[in-house]
Amino acid sequence: MSAAVQSGVRRTARGRGWARTGLWLAVAAVFLLLPHLFASGTGLTTMSLMAIMIIFALSYNMLLGQTGMLSFGHAVYYGLGGFLVVHAMNAIIGAHLPVPLVLLPLVGGAAGLFFGIIFGSVSTRRGGTAFAMISLGLGELVGASALILRDFFGGEDGITTNRTKLLHVAGLNFGPQLQVYYLIAGWCLLCMMAMYALTRTPFGRICNAVRDNPERAAFIGYNTQSVRFIAFCLAGLFAGIAGGLTAINFEIMNAANVGAAPSGIVLLMTYIGGVGNFAGPVIGAILITFLQVMLSDATEIWQLYLGLLFIVMVSFAPGGIAGLIAMHAPVWRARLLHRLAPAYALALLLGLVTFAGAALALEMAYRLSAGSEGGTAFRFLHVPVEAASAAPWSLAVLLAVPGFIGFRRVLPIVGNVWATTLAEARQGRGR
Amino acid sequence: MSRAISRVLAVAWIGLMASAALGRADTLKIAYVDPLSGGGASVGQVGLEHFQYIADQVNAKGGVLGMKVEILGYDDKTNPQEALVQVQKAIDAGARIIAQGNGSSVGAAIEDFVAKYDDRNPGKEVVYINYAAVDPSLTNAKCSYWHFRWDANSDIKMEALTSYMKTRPAIKKVYLINQDYSFGQSVRTEARKMLAQKRPDIQIVGDELHPLLKITDFSPYIAKIKASGADSVITGNWGQDIALLLKAAADAGLQADWYTYYAGGAGGPTAIRQANLADRVFAMVEGFPNLDYAPAREAEKEFRAKLNGQSLWYPRVFNMMSMVFRAIEEAKSPDPVKFAPKLEGMKITTFDGGEGFMRAADHQFFQDMFVVTFGPLGANQPFDEEHTGWGTKLAGKVPADQTVLPTTCKMQRPS
Amino acid sequence: MLELIIVSTLNGVLYGMLLFLMASGLTLIFSMMGVLNFAHASFYMLGAFFGYQLSRVLGFWPALLIAPVLVGALGALVERYGLRTVHRHGHVAELLFTFGLAFVVEEVVQMLWGRLPVDYRVPPSLDFTAFTIFSTNYPAYKLFELLTAIAIFAVLLLVLTRTRAGLIIQAALTHPDMVAMLGHNVPRVFMLAFGVGTGLAAVAGVIAGPALVTQSNMAGLLGPILFVVVVVGGLGSLAGAFAASLLIGLVQTFAVAMNVSIGDLLAVFGAHLAPDAFFAEITQVTVAQIAPIVPYLLLVLILIFRPRGLFGTRET
Repeated sequence: MSAAVQSGVRRTARGRGWARTGLWLAVAAVFLLLPHLFASGTGLTTMSLMAIMIIFALSYNMLLGQTGMLSFGHAVYYGLGGFLVVHAMNAIIGAHLPVPLVLLPLVGGAAGLFFGIIFGSVSTRRGGTAFAMISLGLGELVGASALILRDFFGGEDGITTNRTKLLHVAGLNFGPQLQVYYLIAGWCLLCMMAMYALTRTPFGRICNAVRDNPERAAFIGYNTQSVRFIAFCLAGLFAGIAGGLTAINFEIMNAANVGAAPSGIVLLMTYIGGVGNFAGPVIGAILITFLQVMLSDATEIWQLYLGLLFIVMVSFAPGGIAGLIAMHAPVWRARLLHRLAPAYALALLLGLVTFAGAALALEMAYRLSAGSEGGTAFRFLHVPVEAASAAPWSLAVLLAVPGFIGFRRVLPIVGNVWATTLAEARQGRGR
Repeated sequence: MSRAISRVLAVAWIGLMASAALGRADTLKIAYVDPLSGGGASVGQVGLEHFQYIADQVNAKGGVLGMKVEILGYDDKTNPQEALVQVQKAIDAGARIIAQGNGSSVGAAIEDFVAKYDDRNPGKEVVYINYAAVDPSLTNAKCSYWHFRWDANSDIKMEALTSYMKTRPAIKKVYLINQDYSFGQSVRTEARKMLAQKRPDIQIVGDELHPLLKITDFSPYIAKIKASGADSVITGNWGQDIALLLKAAADAGLQADWYTYYAGGAGGPTAIRQANLADRVFAMVEGFPNLDYAPAREAEKEFRAKLNGQSLWYPRVFNMMSMVFRAIEEAKSPDPVKFAPKLEGMKITTFDGGEGFMRAADHQFFQDMFVVTFGPLGANQPFDEEHTGWGTKLAGKVPADQTVLPTTCKMQRPS
Repeated sequence: MLELIIVSTLNGVLYGMLLFLMASGLTLIFSMMGVLNFAHASFYMLGAFFGYQLSRVLGFWPALLIAPVLVGALGALVERYGLRTVHRHGHVAELLFTFGLAFVVEEVVQMLWGRLPVDYRVPPSLDFTAFTIFSTNYPAYKLFELLTAIAIFAVLLLVLTRTRAGLIIQAALTHPDMVAMLGHNVPRVFMLAFGVGTGLAAVAGVIAGPALVTQSNMAGLLGPILFVVVVVGGLGSLAGAFAASLLIGLVQTFAVAMNVSIGDLLAVFGAHLAPDAFFAEITQVTVAQIAPIVPYLLLVLILIFRPRGLFGTRET
């Protein structure tokens, strides 16, 4: 290899390094600026929650996306981390120890790691379905014990604490949500960088090898069991940090935090966001948290929409949202994205029309159904609708049926445009 | 993509802010935070109907201090942390009264949150009015100045229940079976304590805890109850845990009376009817449809007529709302700082015609309690439950002053 | 003591057979297709509600025949138009598809029948006491459950091991390409297997509905206990699922009868925990108190020490 080529390689590597630094700086800037855009209490609370869920989902993806381990009980480490932090906070307040709040998530991380080591040592001996089932069993066991062991988990009331009673550093008492947001955002950035760095290490690569082909990974001399174990412990560590931040954010931990629901939600987030891409869980965490907080205002049958969204994603976009975006990278690099725009816009329009019609029909069906205790009159997108009349039903059918037929017609066109554009983009790069 | 998301967020929040700003100053906003979707919604939605019904009535009469009452529904999904996010949303939307009921876990979280919020945001105080979270600690160890409770807490219910059992000499052997979490555990300890005081001759022949909502087959438990020779069972079970328990008992032919907290709750009457346990299941309530009190019966009839036959489950919501409105009118202000003191010690004639009062020491409301049974409708029993043809019947009444328990609350009042 | 043992054994067997009734379809789908169907309990719930609706019009017995057929057809459609698309993305995607489906089914059931329990009752022809032991009555309906479970077990076992169709099905799982070469329509075999599996779930629903609570959250509350049965028995082993159901039924029932605390058990081995130690609470918990979570403990232990399950031939 000539010196010129070598320096060239080094230069691109350095360039990529700079680009990455720039990217992280941009993320940090976004974290800093967001509170100025959304300054309301709801805005801050939601963003804090999103940042926590980003850590939680990324830690989950260390298992599912990177090492190929499907867990149904990841909330165990998240919840136990949170509980340990709440207890630690109360102990620190009780003993007047000079410990600042900023360091408390470390306790959560330690707890997550500790329980990760304990439970991981029994559950990671095998991958695949056996691991999935053990995680399910462990999740059920811990979830059920949380209600029975009242001293540690606080029974139905949970354990509360007061974050303002800890040592104040630099005049910060962490009463206002804004200060808590910055604390969480800082930890989120730190954890994101750490987890990203981890994917670039040899260990991260071995995890991928164990995911893709455990036999071959074993043949080239790696102990797949210990790879799974280490990945599991690290995932527990970060889940514990997320749990600790939850404890700080809400100042209460409850048995529900270790139950099946958060374990299911984190799986949903990660998968919808995309398991094959580092940005996937981040996108999923932001989107699902937003939907969870806001969708229930718009409709009482939000679970139905969430379930349908999930089914559609699993069926048609197994790479998640991030996978869909990553697909467009070559086209974007070749600056051909505008070619796709008209076809996409048409498909999107027809899709939205179909969705609007279907949603209207679903909402009306719900109003007429036995499940609804309210009357048949309601507001759909701020327009008053009477579900027991024919006009809105005809409108729903008029929107949904032609919309769907049109959408089906347009799909092959989109496919064609996509194929030709992609081919051209590849050719352009080849040249 | 993250830009697209932030745009969506921006649009959503602008919408939210705009709707908040549009809300005129002459509305009195009451946020209702309860499960509105999923399994818990079967009770949460009915609760919301009560609030809406009362708001419509009051608005038809010109509102409170000339303000229209507006009920804002928020879905807490029966999850404490989710509830806190929804409370934050409610506060942003301009509500300074937060109503909640279903789930003591949520109640405890909201009480704690509201206390801290008021402490950290002077001038923006909000108040939490509780219509159904019955954990005693909310008005004892954890009590807060910004929390008022209209439902009898579980200890008060047990006090009333044991007072009634005292009058039934036929009860000799009692079995306790409860769900293994803080509520069930407190039912069990209080039952033991109070029975020992009031009826030391009663034998506790069994004391069982089982995991919450995990049992499909209660036959083994029924076998144990049967083996113990119990003539009465006390249980705080709710949901499918009471329904399956009663069915299993009926299947095995167990002859015992059931003293319950929630046999009247959603699905309870259906299970009692299916198990065919006429007049063997007792429940503690603060009011019931077939109570012989004309104004309450009139209200029940109107409520059912307006809401598709739904029975009026929560007389206490009527007590609560009328007291809150009266306090606002007396204080001439919808500011919780001003009207909260008016609630303390307030006395009213309750929905069911008795005397009720809000104890200042712990913000617990006291009212007459009734023991009812379920069975086929007889004379002067116009209302059935859940279309079963069976309804409530009065078995005993415990006047408010006999339900007063001491409190350990050390209330921190705002200075 | 004798009374307790006999009654507990009876209760345990009855409960175990109810579990097998619910889990038989799941183990069938699992053994045929390797799909962990998270929506199995949802099909069970659909069976209960279909059974309720049909029995109000046609009576219980026709409902017992028609509801499973309808639900099975629905299941076949789900396989044909849903799972088959997802299949090429792998088993995790299939599993997640059923995960999403469970959400949707619950909401749809809520829309159709509301959230409160419906009044689904035992048919009058079976509403009597079959026999009485130690003054405990055993209703005829429970015996009916038991007999149905045994009948399903016998028929499935015969069909799978003794008939040509069964052999093709088994071969289609391990050697799909070879079976396809031999001229069998493998996707249709899968569709059929899924349809029959969900139909069996519906049979369980129609029968268990009146005995338990027929409500829109019944699928969620049934929870992962069925997975425990299937995994403990050995994935894909029908006999294993049958044995595991009995085992879990008996273990749970006898555990309820034991009032020994974990501290007492430790004391037998000479171990004592100071009452004020962290987690000392755990020693005061009695075996009876945790009986219903014992199966999960069993699941974890089985997977650690014998990952192929009781009767399984291949590892999970």
